[in-house]
Amino acid sequence: MKELVVISGKGGTGKTSIAAALALLAERPVVADCDVDAADLHLLLAPEVKERHEFISGHEAVIRAADCTGCGKCAERCRFDAIEKRVGADGRTDYKVDPVACEGCGVCVRFCPAHAIDSPDSFCGEWMVSETRIGPMVHARLAAAAENSGKLVSLVRKEARRVAEEQGRELIIVDGPPGIGCPVIASLTGAHWVLVVTEPTVSGEHDMARVLELAAHFGIPAAVCVNKYDINLDAAVRIESVARDKGAFIVGRIPYDRAVTEAQILGKSVVETGGPAAEAIQRLWGPLKRSLDIMSISA
Amino acid sequence: MIIAVASGKGGTGKTTVAVNLARSLDRPVHLLDCDVEEPNANLFLHGASERTEEVTLPVPVVDTAKCDGCNECGRFCQYHAIASFGSQALVFPELCHGCGGCMLVCPHGAITETPRRIGVVEMARSGEVTALTGRLDVGVALAPPLIRALTRRIVPETTTILDAPPGTSCSVVTTVRSADAVVLVTEPTPFGLHDLTLAVDTVRALGVPFGVVVNRVGVGDGRVHAYCAAERIPVLLDISDDRRIAEVYSSGRMMVEALPEYRALFGELWHAVEKLAAKKKGSREAVR
Amino acid sequence: MKIACTTTGNDLQAPLDPRFGRAQKLIIFDTDTNAFSVIDNAGGVSAAQGAGIQAAEAVVRAGAVALISGHIGPKAFRALRASNVKMYTTDAPTVAEALARYKAGSLVEAKSADVNGHW
Repeated sequence: MKELVVISGKGGTGKTSIAAALALLAERPVVADCDVDAADLHLLLAPEVKERHEFISGHEAVIRAADCTGCGKCAERCRFDAIEKRVGADGRTDYKVDPVACEGCGVCVRFCPAHAIDSPDSFCGEWMVSETRIGPMVHARLAAAAENSGKLVSLVRKEARRVAEEQGRELIIVDGPPGIGCPVIASLTGAHWVLVVTEPTVSGEHDMARVLELAAHFGIPAAVCVNKYDINLDAAVRIESVARDKGAFIVGRIPYDRAVTEAQILGKSVVETGGPAAEAIQRLWGPLKRSLDIMSISA
Repeated sequence: MIIAVASGKGGTGKTTVAVNLARSLDRPVHLLDCDVEEPNANLFLHGASERTEEVTLPVPVVDTAKCDGCNECGRFCQYHAIASFGSQALVFPELCHGCGGCMLVCPHGAITETPRRIGVVEMARSGEVTALTGRLDVGVALAPPLIRALTRRIVPETTTILDAPPGTSCSVVTTVRSADAVVLVTEPTPFGLHDLTLAVDTVRALGVPFGVVVNRVGVGDGRVHAYCAAERIPVLLDISDDRRIAEVYSSGRMMVEALPEYRALFGELWHAVEKLAAKKKGSREAVR
Repeated sequence: MKIACTTTGNDLQAPLDPRFGRAQKLIIFDTDTNAFSVIDNAGGVSAAQGAGIQAAEAVVRAGAVALISGHIGPKAFRALRASNVKMYTTDAPTVAEALARYKAGSLVEAKSADVNGHW
């Protein structure tokens, strides 16, 4: 079983559109949407949810106002600027945890002299196993402002591997998040191949360089494709050269094509509606699949 | 006044709006690039770098002479960054969030802290714009501590624009919670609308006033405008899908410089944002 | 003595899981009795971070003095070395084959982690 993770560094280069297209071209894949805080793949694959699970992870600190003596020790110790002092209309001082800033470390809970702080489990979102027209899809929704996105990503991938094994499916295509931080790292670990989708812009090149460094840091081979390459051909050529210097394999180029958005509006992938971008994606699937078969890292 | 420029979906034009807004102001402004994983703002501002400061996170160090492997630290740590194996506590610094808890719970005073580098803050100047860029070291997982290091550098009484990362998670929230108003940049497509609704939920949960900029109008359909109208969310600016903008952007130039007719639009955006920020300010008094 | 082997299955004929930190399960084989038990590595599998550490804790809790897996990452390596658990990596396809090679003395003790760290 192999995992191909589609990432970009920069947001908006076309990861999700291309991941969906590859999933449609692949034979019996499992699809995992790991862009958990802004998931869009479902808009193209129309999943029918078969299982829904709560994602409960970590804790948050909650101060019981009635028991708070206003000593402020919690706020002194908090390293995350998460505890605010309040002065009530009656002149009484107490403290309140900002749930959005709280990282659930437990320090205030442990050291409150009045034992006035609780540490309930944190509801951070939900994850789903669904059926789509191309096969099973595992996806998730991170609750607004929630933490632990990396953990939710790991969970989505673990479930995708479980489903793949149960159904004898050999390939998992992962739609990854933008950036290089914890959710991206959680998408990459143990993957066999990374496809970096970039765009011919100064930002695209800068961000691609960083995400290729990240993939190299984890020892994962990378393929690159420049999307919308004809917006700036010089920049496209330069980006491909930067990618090669960083040890990545250029798998193809995709032209700018309004058909991609038109298909999105219809809730379809562009490889179902056709056009120059669709043809380019179809052309790059062959080399990408072959290199996936050849390269294998067990981790 | 502190304005954050955010979005749900990546690639909608946050950095474009942030840098062009800053440049169009023609007076001193601070631009903080809080997209510390992939900071792009200075690629457009071309600010001359003046200073780079290392940002660190305090991580535990175990004095092996005092440690007896009791694992109080391991039992306390929520992140598996420290745990006893054999008769000694081992530290895994890349997992540490810097909460200081292990040091506090150790019964033998065996834990002290040492700074672990997570990235840098670069200061550059470009005309009236002072750009502070956070840049996370590749391989470091946690962005929020670096973002906090940036937002702690906000100078009071200074016009400040925060370029936020994409998405709705803790990095975005850490950025946006300091703001007086948020501009959400979106595009008129199904992905754009879907992610906008997620961003709206997030910003509403923070209680910060917000408005929307719709970029690349014409590339999709009317669903984003319909949503904003139904939700009574002010659309502060529409930017047409102009191929010239894409070309200017791709070569690292700013549209208010390369296509001067856009300067007036960003001036109007700023006035709209000022009105938004004046509407309602949070009543939080942070201790720090 | 007890030996821990990573596995994806439930008995000695099951495949040896090439991963340690995110191995699905651990088989703890007792060389004195030839009996074995299976431990779910739930903590390691779903951990966003520190999978190797949690798996190492499971090995130590089970009282194993040796671990056999396909690969071992750096965090797990540090944790197990500190716990005096001997580590072996092998490409043996099943748990039974891995144990046979161990008994025959043909497994070489790992001197360092052999794969990059994951977060």
